[in-house]
Amino acid sequence: MLHIPLLRNGKQYTSLNQSEITDHRTGEVLATMSLANPGLITKDIRENKKVWHDLQKLSLDETLEMCKKAAGLFLNAEIPFANTTQTPEQFVKYQSASTGMPENMCRANMDKVHWVLTNLRDIIKSLSGRVDFSIIESGYGVQDGIPISFLPMARQLGAVLPSNSPGVHSLWVPSLALRVPVVLKPGSREPWTPFRLLHAFMEAGYPSEALSCYPTDYAGGNNIMLYCERAMIFGDDSTVRLWENDRRVEVHGTGFSKVLLGEDIVENWQEYMDVLFTSVMANGGRSCINTSAIWTPKYGREIADALAKRMVETRPLPLTHPQAELSAFSDKRMAEYMDHAIEVGLDTEGAEDVTAKYRQGERVEVCEKSTFLQPTLIHVNGYEHPLANREFMFPFTSVVEMPQEEMLKTIEKSLVVTAITNDPDWQRELSCCPHIDRLNIGPIPTCKVDWLQPHEGNLFEFLFQRRSFQKTP
Amino acid sequence: MSTETTEKLNAWTREIVEWHFNPETGCKFWLDFAEKLSWDPRKEIQSFADLHKFGFFEDNWLRSGDIRDWLPKGNVGKPMYVFETGGSTGQPKTRLSSDDLRTDYSNFSTTLNDDDFPKGSDWLLLGPTGPRRLRLAIEHLAQVRNGICFCVDMDPRWVVKLIKKKQLAVLEEYKRHIVDQALTILKRHKNIKCLFATPKLLQELCSRVSLKQLGIKGVFCGGTQMDAQFHRFAVEELIEGAAFVPTYGNTLMGLACHKPYTPEDNYDIIYYPPLPRALLQVVNPDNPKEVVPYGELGRVMLTTMTKELFMPNFLERDQAIREPACDLYPWDGVRNVAPFSRMGATVVEGVY
Repeated sequence: MLHIPLLRNGKQYTSLNQSEITDHRTGEVLATMSLANPGLITKDIRENKKVWHDLQKLSLDETLEMCKKAAGLFLNAEIPFANTTQTPEQFVKYQSASTGMPENMCRANMDKVHWVLTNLRDIIKSLSGRVDFSIIESGYGVQDGIPISFLPMARQLGAVLPSNSPGVHSLWVPSLALRVPVVLKPGSREPWTPFRLLHAFMEAGYPSEALSCYPTDYAGGNNIMLYCERAMIFGDDSTVRLWENDRRVEVHGTGFSKVLLGEDIVENWQEYMDVLFTSVMANGGRSCINTSAIWTPKYGREIADALAKRMVETRPLPLTHPQAELSAFSDKRMAEYMDHAIEVGLDTEGAEDVTAKYRQGERVEVCEKSTFLQPTLIHVNGYEHPLANREFMFPFTSVVEMPQEEMLKTIEKSLVVTAITNDPDWQRELSCCPHIDRLNIGPIPTCKVDWLQPHEGNLFEFLFQRRSFQKTP
Repeated sequence: MSTETTEKLNAWTREIVEWHFNPETGCKFWLDFAEKLSWDPRKEIQSFADLHKFGFFEDNWLRSGDIRDWLPKGNVGKPMYVFETGGSTGQPKTRLSSDDLRTDYSNFSTTLNDDDFPKGSDWLLLGPTGPRRLRLAIEHLAQVRNGICFCVDMDPRWVVKLIKKKQLAVLEEYKRHIVDQALTILKRHKNIKCLFATPKLLQELCSRVSLKQLGIKGVFCGGTQMDAQFHRFAVEELIEGAAFVPTYGNTLMGLACHKPYTPEDNYDIIYYPPLPRALLQVVNPDNPKEVVPYGELGRVMLTTMTKELFMPNFLERDQAIREPACDLYPWDGVRNVAPFSRMGATVVEGVY
């Protein structure tokens, strides 16, 4: 039986507390996993501050080279993993079985992480504003005649990670290139990516003392958040609300990403169906950058109808199927809960499940022992409707008709907004809207990420703070 | 359980029932209770096994009414303390006590190794004081071992509030505040060689100071937050060679004794109740009248029988594995006590 021990500053540790990771289809135990007691995590974080100093002896060129090597190992190699070795194929099988993601999406997420790791030089240049790496290394310098200094804000970066979205691991890996040790809490069903990545880094020669990964409970996760000087957390609103006013913490909660159609282009709405479809459906529709609301000044019914017809063509398939596009729920009760929440929302007047009349079968479907939620589009009569601004972990969107001038008055926190318009005045208004994090102007799917730009915060600015610095010659 | 132990337990049961249900010595609560029965406890309770006739003790009985209803007439005139539970399952429960805590801890003291907890050395208590019996108990333990006990208070009800409000940063600050006070005491009083701390406060203390350098030889630690992994972590990584005695005690039971560590127990925490004053049974949660087989998990049921408190068949908020007798304690014990999983959100955990 595969056992995944803790990784304590690069050393494996088998805890007496363990959990089982099961195949969501059969209940078969895939592996057991050590669980860290919260005090152990705190102790390690407190005692490992000196590792940061050791990392500063490396140049960014060296760490970037290690990242590139780790990327290749992560994607292609059989590498040490826990008490054995793991091939990429085994990785995909395990990840798919425990999380419910189709195998092709597991591979796509590996590609995504690989791409980020191999392009970190450009990503860091971009996030830092093209600062010369020697200035980051030494902490100060002069570039283009301007003195620049950065204060390192963290001796460790903590990350409390999710079970449902392996692509997010792209967000913490730049920390290692920037010579900041990581302390990770993997999702309970998705330890695969963080552990494989850390093992790949070790194989690539990265100092293992800088690599920690602690499957643990809620209290253990809190200790990572409390004791690391900088930390990021992924979760639902109730989880991230705890930390959203803590400047040490970068929160990644619900996205509420949207597509807004402008008055100037709406007559040609058919031209943008591909963008709408991809925004809602890509990557199984369970990411925070998937669209969960489409706002249009006109043709709401027509858009809803056309998009719904297209969405229902995507049907649950076995997770091993190369064309599988929907993720299953590792816990079928979660699917039932979401289905129930939507039905309750539909009880409020003014909403119609447009997909219901086209879809085969029920919203909740079982395929080869996996439970799925089929793509769902709700046409609602106004923004106030309870289903107008909901996000679920499957392809779900509402379509709301509202005047363009109301859109930015109404919009609340939105991780990604794609606004399709050629109106320069509205473009300017959009670019100044404080509720929008990532803004796409034009027919760009909300889920299309430009890794050279910040995602819910700039990791470089999170880890390094610009400050005044003077030095006598 | 051996015949001798069973006979001793049955005799003690008869004595305690006679005390609490005799109009000359019993308390109002049980005398009123008996009046409503169609049977006479003094006649019909002849053994521990007969206690099932009382049904299950309801914790709300200790949350309402006049506290003097629980004062046995035979104890009137004795100096009384009032002790409260921590409130992790709701409103705290209250009990009266006079000598029980001293008896419990004097008995417990005999189980401590004098090398690990040297007689004549002083103690530091890091934990709840206030209306809890712990402070007086640890003080008494220090005193019977010819020591003095220094105390730093931790208010568990404030901690419950902070956890409920998810004010984690304030919680951390409070923990540091407690340990700041402990460090002041430890650095000043060099004769402190014994420590009582809750698991969380022990961790915080050890993260800031070396117990070895301070000369701490024995650590006495309690609370259901303690599991085998914490036991191992404390021994291997926190206490630097000091003796570690995990304990399980509460206001209603008294103090259980820990089975000394053996490698085959793999850091499991095994307790034995202070028979005959209290007895722990591990019962089927779906049918609490049925004791589970040895080695199986069930809900902990407590029966306390002292001349200060009679509390038969009280279903605790804890679960455990039923443990067979051992050489030191020839009666049933409990292994790996943890919060009863089915109580779920009704219990605020993480307090200690």
